[in-house]
Amino acid sequence: MKTTVQKINNLTIGFQSQKGEQISILKNISTSINQGETVGIVGESGSGKSTLALAMMGYVKHGLFTISGECIFHSNNLLEMKNKELENIRGRKIAMIPQNAGQSLTPNLKIGYQIDEALKLHTDLKQTERDEKISELLNKVRLPSPETMAQRYPHELSGGQQQRVAVAMALAGSPEILLLDEPTTGLDVTTQAHVLELLNLIAKDSGTSMVYVSHDLGAIAQVSDRVIVMYSGEIVLDGPVRSILKNPIHPYTFGLLKSIPKLSLPGLPNSMSGSQPQPGSIKKGCSFYERCEFADDDCKVNSPSLEFIKDLNTSVRCFKHNELLNLTKIESQNVKSIENKVLKNEILDLSSVSISYAKQKFLDQLLNKINDTNPTVKDINININKGETLALVGESGSGKSTILKSIAGLLKTKDGNIKFEKDKTLSNDLRQRDPSLLRAIQLIFQNPDESLNPNHTVEEIVSQPLRLYFGLKGKELKDKIIEVLDKVRLGEFYLTRYPRQLSGGEKQRVAVARAFAAKPDIILCDEVTSALDVSVQAAVLNLLQELKEDFGTTYIFVSHDLAVVRAISDRVAVLYQGRLCEIGPSNNVYKFPSHPYTEVLLGAVLEPDPDIKPKLVAEDIVEEKPPENGCSFQGRCPRILGDICKNEVPPWQTSENGNSIRCHIKIEDLKNQQTSN
Amino acid sequence: MSNKKEKQKNIFEKIYEVIKTMASKPSGLIGLIILTFHVILAITSPLYVPYDYKAIDPSLMLTPPSSEFWFGTDSLGRDVFTRTILGGRTALTVTFFGSLIALLWGGSLGIFCGLVGGKIDDVVMRIIDAFLSIPWILAMLLIVSLLGTTTLVLIPALGFFYGKGIVRVARAATHDVIAKDFIVSARARGHSNMSIIWNEILPNVRDAIMVEGAMRWSWMLLGFSSLSFLGFGVSPPTPDWGLMISNARGLMSFAYWAVLAPIFGLSSLIIGINLTADAFAKALGIDRSTKAPV
Repeated sequence: MKTTVQKINNLTIGFQSQKGEQISILKNISTSINQGETVGIVGESGSGKSTLALAMMGYVKHGLFTISGECIFHSNNLLEMKNKELENIRGRKIAMIPQNAGQSLTPNLKIGYQIDEALKLHTDLKQTERDEKISELLNKVRLPSPETMAQRYPHELSGGQQQRVAVAMALAGSPEILLLDEPTTGLDVTTQAHVLELLNLIAKDSGTSMVYVSHDLGAIAQVSDRVIVMYSGEIVLDGPVRSILKNPIHPYTFGLLKSIPKLSLPGLPNSMSGSQPQPGSIKKGCSFYERCEFADDDCKVNSPSLEFIKDLNTSVRCFKHNELLNLTKIESQNVKSIENKVLKNEILDLSSVSISYAKQKFLDQLLNKINDTNPTVKDINININKGETLALVGESGSGKSTILKSIAGLLKTKDGNIKFEKDKTLSNDLRQRDPSLLRAIQLIFQNPDESLNPNHTVEEIVSQPLRLYFGLKGKELKDKIIEVLDKVRLGEFYLTRYPRQLSGGEKQRVAVARAFAAKPDIILCDEVTSALDVSVQAAVLNLLQELKEDFGTTYIFVSHDLAVVRAISDRVAVLYQGRLCEIGPSNNVYKFPSHPYTEVLLGAVLEPDPDIKPKLVAEDIVEEKPPENGCSFQGRCPRILGDICKNEVPPWQTSENGNSIRCHIKIEDLKNQQTSN
Repeated sequence: MSNKKEKQKNIFEKIYEVIKTMASKPSGLIGLIILTFHVILAITSPLYVPYDYKAIDPSLMLTPPSSEFWFGTDSLGRDVFTRTILGGRTALTVTFFGSLIALLWGGSLGIFCGLVGGKIDDVVMRIIDAFLSIPWILAMLLIVSLLGTTTLVLIPALGFFYGKGIVRVARAATHDVIAKDFIVSARARGHSNMSIIWNEILPNVRDAIMVEGAMRWSWMLLGFSSLSFLGFGVSPPTPDWGLMISNARGLMSFAYWAVLAPIFGLSSLIIGINLTADAFAKALGIDRSTKAPV
């Protein structure tokens, strides 16, 4: 029998609305955390997962209050304790690791000093003991050369290293519970995999209980022993990780798992309809009723309670769990595989494009010359055919968004040119581009909160391109707006809404509508799904694919998520430090042989399956600048040959699968090496 | 056409909403009541003043308040009540139009500088900084003594001096918006700078600029009254609070009523504007207590 560290009983937390109603954010949460156990709390934004994690350390956000229930830690109710008493628990007994370590570290204090502060506060060690402890902690979080590391400032570390320091600080008080609020969300794929591995090691070594809050089922699958699924402030599923992810007996989890694109299962995933209800809007019945494909009238009136299923050791809040259990046993997942009609004629041609961010000298500015021997993006040669979806993949700093911006004319290229439909060269200066060329290329941005003017109604937003390019007015304009909105499945009543009144998915649909209103030939998609909730992401991907089939639009799709890219693209170009590493049909890029960097990226992908572990092949280093000579990946390459990689730019080689790889290693050797392990 | 009408209806609805929110807090309600009271008084007072504001009667010099002369009389025997309720007219008109001018030129220049950035922005902002370092009252005195004290000089001069601060606020507000993707998106579509300012930036910075303008209004009122006090505002015998305070201040020890009445008028108006501006800012979602405007 495991000992319980923390127990939460019937916890309800809420706020008072302007009308004086009590609205619950968390509803009757009862659960417990055992010693040495890692509990993953998963849910979409607004599901109450962070509120629950904060309540676990006795903290309730300003404006919220505890309506009922308790949070027992060492036979004390944390929610009734005074701040003075909580000070002895927070950090010492229960520590928290925030989402963005870069922001939670003080920028003007050295790493060592900040860890020392945590030690002073939480332990009674003497100065010399603390110095030893700092090295020990930095070693524990696998940071190289602890002595020099302690002397650095936060900005001298990479995002992953900062997150490691945050973990070290949290471990300073040897806490019994470690709370992690989306600790890997802002990190690159490879870094994320490394941090998760570290957390697993710490959990094993120290026997600390961990609570891992995330929206990412892939990350949850890798670290947790037990998973709690939250929806609309309720626990809908609570059980061992394997049972939850392999037999998701709640329709929400069932749908969620189906809507995640997976590397092992290429093609467009099924999408879930609707979005999470606003707090307080559900008065009776199941909170998932609106979106549930299994619901019947009973679900509309009665709210299910959390029921324990002995076979699966899982608690579930659903009347239909038996039905689902049978379904998860038999149904193998089916996905739509995409097939695009790619025409032979070339629509966009990038030839030896280089882009520089370097600040130019005064004389060069006068002569309108860009002088930079080592530009951020160099020698990009890509042809895109009409109707194709090309994906640009790489970690942050790989130059993928930079390339997109210069196609759109927002950034000047240093060398090379971009041609549209073979004969029309796209000018570097946006003002000199022909309006028809501007119309032909449209952008969709990552975050619809930023890309839609908050003071415009949907009607005004969509009317912008229609008025600018087609000069539409009056009734004609309105009819056209309604037609465009209809294409993205938004009804007429959305016309007068403001972006703040829409959900994330609806906002992104408006952004898609605005781009399509211009009748473009090419749409540049900059991480269009990464700011969205998982259940919405698939719906937006499906929409984009349908629109493409209707209009024959060409997409250039930038993403860091290889699974998303695999689902939607025909061809993939892998970038590292602004240089192309590999390009080829997407089915083949994901097969070996591939460029060592692609191999590293593929290895780090997290699947929502605890049995598929990421393969960490390369070191977790971040390079600030591309190397002057040789291969761009030389600094991190696990298969580096030697001096040749450092001095000579690798040649392009074409594999039997048809993908081109830029590497010094012979194709056959690469294949042998990669398939042997 | 219907679109335009709808839009107008929306604007009225929005104004109504904002005023309702402002009045929902006691401080906002008090501010609104004081301000409305002053505005109505300024518009209608000539219709019902009990005496002629110019009428001098040496026999009634410095009479204390009575049922006949509610606020007493001043050193020339003029009725203080009459002069007090008339005294806000010039101040309100001059400063209202002055603030409007300040808002217009400060707002447009600020947005323009924020949008174009670079060298032009640098040069303009340094010039503004240089102007800010000149004590405004000296500069105002210089302008007024060169060009005279007519309203036509005072309004643009005050508008110019109080607009400098608005330039900074408008520029800062524009900088907040300019990095957002919807501006990038408008640029990529190929909209002109004017269209970007009008459609994308203005709706987002309008609130901040308007709140700043309202705050400047009360400052300008104080500034205008100071000018009158120094004898450079309105010329006698036009009733004006600043002038009245200046005239009666020497007699304060035995004829307090002649000073108190205009002081009360001036300070209540300033308090009213300040409370209203604060409530206005809160109703628009700009919290001045946590976020400095500049």
